[in-house]
Amino acid sequence: MLPEAKRKMPPLGILLVAGAVALVACALFMTLGAKGSWSFILPFRGKKLAAMLLVAFSIAVSTVLFQTITNNRILTPSIMGFDALYALIQTGFILMFGAARVSSADPRLMFLVECGAMILFSCVLYRWLFSGAARSLHQLLLVGIIFGVLFRSLSQFMQRIIDPNDFIVLQDRLFASFNTVESDLLGIAALMIAAATLVAWRVAHTFDVLALGREMAIGLGVPHRRVTTIILVVVAVLVSASTALVGPVTFFGLLVASLAYQVMPDSRHRHVLPAAVLFAMIALVGGQIVLERIFAFDTALGIVIEFVGGLFFILLLIRGAAR
Amino acid sequence: MGPGGPPAARRFTACPVIMLPLKFLVAFLVLALLAATSLFVGVSDVSLAVIWSGDRTAMLVLMESRIPRLLALIFAGAGMAVSGTIMQMLARNRFVEPSTAGTVEWASLGMLSVLLLAPGLPVYVRMLVSTGFALAGTAIFLLVLRKIPLRSPLMVPLIGIMLGGVVDAGTTFFAYRYDMLQSLASWTTGDFSAVLRGRYELLWVSMFLTLLAYVAADRFTVIGMGEEFATNLGLNYRRVTAFGLVIISVVTACVVVTVGMVPFVGLIVPNIVSMTTGDSLRKSLPWVALCGSGLVLACDIIGRLVIEPFEIPVGTVLGAVGSAFFLYLVLRRQAGVA
Repeated sequence: MLPEAKRKMPPLGILLVAGAVALVACALFMTLGAKGSWSFILPFRGKKLAAMLLVAFSIAVSTVLFQTITNNRILTPSIMGFDALYALIQTGFILMFGAARVSSADPRLMFLVECGAMILFSCVLYRWLFSGAARSLHQLLLVGIIFGVLFRSLSQFMQRIIDPNDFIVLQDRLFASFNTVESDLLGIAALMIAAATLVAWRVAHTFDVLALGREMAIGLGVPHRRVTTIILVVVAVLVSASTALVGPVTFFGLLVASLAYQVMPDSRHRHVLPAAVLFAMIALVGGQIVLERIFAFDTALGIVIEFVGGLFFILLLIRGAAR
Repeated sequence: MGPGGPPAARRFTACPVIMLPLKFLVAFLVLALLAATSLFVGVSDVSLAVIWSGDRTAMLVLMESRIPRLLALIFAGAGMAVSGTIMQMLARNRFVEPSTAGTVEWASLGMLSVLLLAPGLPVYVRMLVSTGFALAGTAIFLLVLRKIPLRSPLMVPLIGIMLGGVVDAGTTFFAYRYDMLQSLASWTTGDFSAVLRGRYELLWVSMFLTLLAYVAADRFTVIGMGEEFATNLGLNYRRVTAFGLVIISVVTACVVVTVGMVPFVGLIVPNIVSMTTGDSLRKSLPWVALCGSGLVLACDIIGRLVIEPFEIPVGTVLGAVGSAFFLYLVLRRQAGVA
């Protein structure tokens, strides 16, 4: 961390500037290169923009909160395999109930059911992982990454067992990307995210205390087990929503959360959380503008994030080791 | 940053068991049984009786498809398992193998660049370029490991997997840019269903190198004890390391170019074998090769039986089995360390 004396800008100022940049990015996204009738462009781009903003919000908030309860700044839900778990649950449902029934069911209902299963599984799995005997950070990281590989392999395995013809019908639903946003899920995802945020808001006063570590938090009177469970549920909901909308993005949360911690002069959640959300919005919307309008690559944003994020992760690992 | 790393690298305790020829014979018989099963499993009816009755089609299927597939499975399994063992000696770490060190990803990047820049080149040129990339990538990985202070042995696979991920993102990007995503997908999951006579012969090269590795088995064992120790014993550390790297890269490239990625074999097999046979490669390499072939054969047979008449690629089966085993290895550590 840089010494605080060097920082001149107050946290509120940074947030205001970031907010303004985010607004400009959104405006540019809606208007840049628009040809033809506005009555088509506005709803078309508006849906995409709304999805990106929702995803940015959920990834940023879930990452920062997850880092708070696990008490470090390199673990993120997606590195620990949360999104892969959601994808596995999706595939599992198709295998269990048959592809025909799933594709004819209301996607919103399916989303709710999948979300419920996700909350259940992730709480059981990650409670077990984090509460058992003391595990080193590297062990947790490796376990998380391999859990991701396992979940992905299992989903692949199941996808092969499903009748190959059925699978092709479902492929689009399973592999959403920034360009093919699941727009019929927008409303329900927004609702779930709002509910999760409300729940998180009610325990928000404990965030800064939780960041001090388990013992300290308990000593200061925070019901640690209860609060971390609540936050895990919130994280599971947020991850489900963002994965359902655009599919898994491994390193995005790590990038924006680290950026927020670096830029903000203090690490209080009231400053870091909004900063991470705004940075995520700027990065997603801005990145999409740059890739779409300047380089004319449409769906490559996920790949770029993977590339930059992977390098950044290695850097964090090595820097942590050098200390 | 969270809690500090665990204590320094800890070798698994290995009790040396004298390798009885009898035991080896039994293992060999099991492999032969698997091989026979592999020959007679499939959509078209091939059995001893049918062949005996002089059915020409069955004979053709056997010679053109089943036997090449069997050989490819055996060569790829043995090659990847032995490469994994050598890599674990070079990196002095139990958790590395060609697919957790980025070697496989570099090899497929090499293959993609040949397909993009000069699509008409023959298959052995593809293999050579792919080998070059794999060699460079693995050397970079080992160099990074030497440059940074390793707080925990678990950092080695972490960095390797992440490097692989970054290279993979690069490969995907170019594949996406030039509309090659579909052909990229075909060689990222190991699949032996397209193996026919005339399409797998590159794997003989990898088998030859696998056998060659046995000649230097003792040297790799000593390398596994560290640079100072090896140099003290009068070994040319750099030369042996380079030799090992070449074997790993050529074998990986051959496998990736002909059948695609065959993940985790180099991780599962050496770990299991070293639990019973110890770390002397002279003793363990034959076992590693045998078990590697057996594992890949078994997974391939499973993949062919589960959704008959379709097939699940062996890469997918191994991905699930292998990552579960990897998890077991990593979580098991804590019992001894905590």
